[in-house]
Amino acid sequence: MSLHTLWFILLAILWVGFFVLEGFDLGVGMLHAIVGRTEVERRAALNTVGPWWDGNEVWLIVAGAGTFAAFPAWYATMFSSLYLALLLVLAALIARGVAFEFRSKYDNATWRETWMWLMSVGSLLIPLLVGTALGDLLNGLPINANGVYTGNFFDLLTPYGLWTGVTLTCLCLLHGAIFLRMRTTGAVAERARALTRPLGWAAIALVVGFVVFTRVVVGHTQVPEPVQVLAIIAVIFAARLAFTEGVGWAFTSSAVAIAATVGSLFIDLYPRVMVSSTSGAYSLTVSGAASGEYALKVMTIVAVILLPVVLAYQGWSFWVFRARVVVPDEPAAPSAPPAVAPPDAPVTPG
Amino acid sequence: MANELARWQFATTSIYHFLFVPVTIGLAFLVAILQTAWYRNGRPEYRSLCRFFGVLLLINVAVGVVSGLVQEFEFGMNWSAYARYVGDVFGGPLAMEGLAAFFLESTFLGAWLFGWDRLPKAVHLATIWCVAAGTILSAAFIMAANSWMQHPVGYAMHNGKPELNNIGAVFTNPTFLWGYVHVILAAFITGALVMLAVSAWQILRGKSQEAFTLTAKLSIFVLVPATVLTMFVGSELGVIEAKYQPMKIAAAEAQWETCKPCGFSLIQVGGGAEDKTPSQIIEIPHLLSLLATNSWNGEVKGLNQLQAEYEKKYGPGNYVPDVFIQYWSMRIMAYLAGLVLLLALWAGWLLHRGTFATSKRFLRLSIYAVVTPFLMNTAGWMLTENGRQPWIVQGLMKTINANSPNVTSAEVWISLVAFVLIYAALAAADVYLMLRYARKGLPAQGEEEGGGADKTAIPGFAY
Repeated sequence: MSLHTLWFILLAILWVGFFVLEGFDLGVGMLHAIVGRTEVERRAALNTVGPWWDGNEVWLIVAGAGTFAAFPAWYATMFSSLYLALLLVLAALIARGVAFEFRSKYDNATWRETWMWLMSVGSLLIPLLVGTALGDLLNGLPINANGVYTGNFFDLLTPYGLWTGVTLTCLCLLHGAIFLRMRTTGAVAERARALTRPLGWAAIALVVGFVVFTRVVVGHTQVPEPVQVLAIIAVIFAARLAFTEGVGWAFTSSAVAIAATVGSLFIDLYPRVMVSSTSGAYSLTVSGAASGEYALKVMTIVAVILLPVVLAYQGWSFWVFRARVVVPDEPAAPSAPPAVAPPDAPVTPG
Repeated sequence: MANELARWQFATTSIYHFLFVPVTIGLAFLVAILQTAWYRNGRPEYRSLCRFFGVLLLINVAVGVVSGLVQEFEFGMNWSAYARYVGDVFGGPLAMEGLAAFFLESTFLGAWLFGWDRLPKAVHLATIWCVAAGTILSAAFIMAANSWMQHPVGYAMHNGKPELNNIGAVFTNPTFLWGYVHVILAAFITGALVMLAVSAWQILRGKSQEAFTLTAKLSIFVLVPATVLTMFVGSELGVIEAKYQPMKIAAAEAQWETCKPCGFSLIQVGGGAEDKTPSQIIEIPHLLSLLATNSWNGEVKGLNQLQAEYEKKYGPGNYVPDVFIQYWSMRIMAYLAGLVLLLALWAGWLLHRGTFATSKRFLRLSIYAVVTPFLMNTAGWMLTENGRQPWIVQGLMKTINANSPNVTSAEVWISLVAFVLIYAALAAADVYLMLRYARKGLPAQGEEEGGGADKTAIPGFAY
């Protein structure tokens, strides 16, 4: 396998990793004000992703920086053509990142209300816009022979791109709702559980639509690829299991559904990295957009050494903080019991 | 126009980003030291101090991280011609930064924040050291990338673009080695002055005086050597820059004609591009020769001579950076460093006599001194980045050719205005929270931060 292809696969893995991991904290961000009615419940909802959301977001940064290093021409065309969309993504990332840190540092209703909205809207915009952008890579954008984008902002809103964005957003919502059910107790967990039903149905419809739409966009064969069949099966499992006691399996299924959906985009994209709707000849390809052999070799060595280490300590962090967040009914008195149950503690409703 | 606006945007966003970065690097280490002390002596005030400064650190990290995202995206959004041209070399360190530093920093910051009562003490201590390590690793990679723009090494031209052929050279680039140490030391100074200012304020207010005397001492222990070393390293960096980017240094001295030996202009009126001979000047003989070449009678080439050389080498064009910005950013940085050094020496003396906690004058001055590192850091970056102009990569690509061809002035205006508004709001929120927390003082025994005043404080909830 050439290093070009290896790096294309690595980047696909980074994008998959981003949507699977950040997916649940985006879902939690979108849902925290819905599953939590009181301030304490909202705090509890956000604290379920507390130790991890920041690390999850790094997958996006590394996907971007990895594209810069391995495929400069892809990075240059993609980031400059998505200009205003990425501006919105940045605004959303800023709002959300700061909201986590700032919201509880000042006990004032208006202050918290402001961060609640920024958290909710920011968490919605990120999967919607990034999803649309990934869909656009495959759908094709007007790009000329020099790899320069010739459209405007509205040309980015392709029907397929938007469908991909909405599908991924809905999957993040489902993923987040399942996660909240798994990680909280009482009313918050109940509300999250109730939400999984409509979200599950919507996700199934959207993923099936995504698979059909993808076949139309890709064109040459109407038979869905195995990964797309997997996406459909996984989302059905996730929606079904979300309601049962097997919530851990539901979470696994929604993770697989997201991974398969994002993965399918990259599988259909290869060996192109960005399709030109102006002319097939102008599409950017892995070999045309890649850095030189030496640079790729260096990056490969670095990635081979560091990625397992990163996975190890991120895995460690997930393991250490696996305990449920117990939602107190009343604002905690100084003598309140610890908010975190030991890992093996039984789930006590209410 | 789009190019000009994109430059304004990069300057604005990167200066803003670098207000927060050095605080983060400096405070991360200081908090790690405090926690190490608590781990070893078990005294509760160390834990309180650690959590107190930890909150200040976290407020800063939040803004530092999100403004760093903007920098990362901007290369592709505004500067796609640059990204396309240099990605082979420049992209590598950025990707390594993500893999080696960002993951480390963010994962362990989360673990530290939520691990207070859940992780074994030693493991919890290790997490804050991992965060601190992440911050200086991150700076290493980004400085390697930046230094390559100042002095490109380790590449060969291939199909009209630089292609990496020696990664070792990129990480042993003298501009990188000296520049990196300079930046890290400046970050320690920044962190130390922030800690000193907050501690001095608390001591003056008479709250938890004993505890804050400990952090004041710690910050002075860091401040004194860091200031001396930064000035030494900075002057070495000047010699290296004079070698590889002579325009930068000549412009910083407003030195239009070649001189040998060269005096250092302490302050002057005039001497810019329009009036090349200054109307008034106070000068120290030989000092510029000494600073730029490490020798008493060293020659420093003038801007006019360099301009002629560059025209011969690179074709017609203006190769002289903005002399006014160079001259004054250099002096603001250096003169403020001198003042900080005096403050540090005074602090060292008071510490030696054991009277610094009672010297009201010193404590009051320490509070005001907190603005100096931010001014010095900004001036330092203006000196180094403005001094590289008109190049985006010294000798390889001009800034004027580097912006995205498809991005219109209107789009850059939109993003520039958006960032300015968002950043202003963030800065206001950040400063407000920092002051609120700095004022709050240490929590009473057994009470968590946020404690009494915050009715919804729940143990185990950080957000």
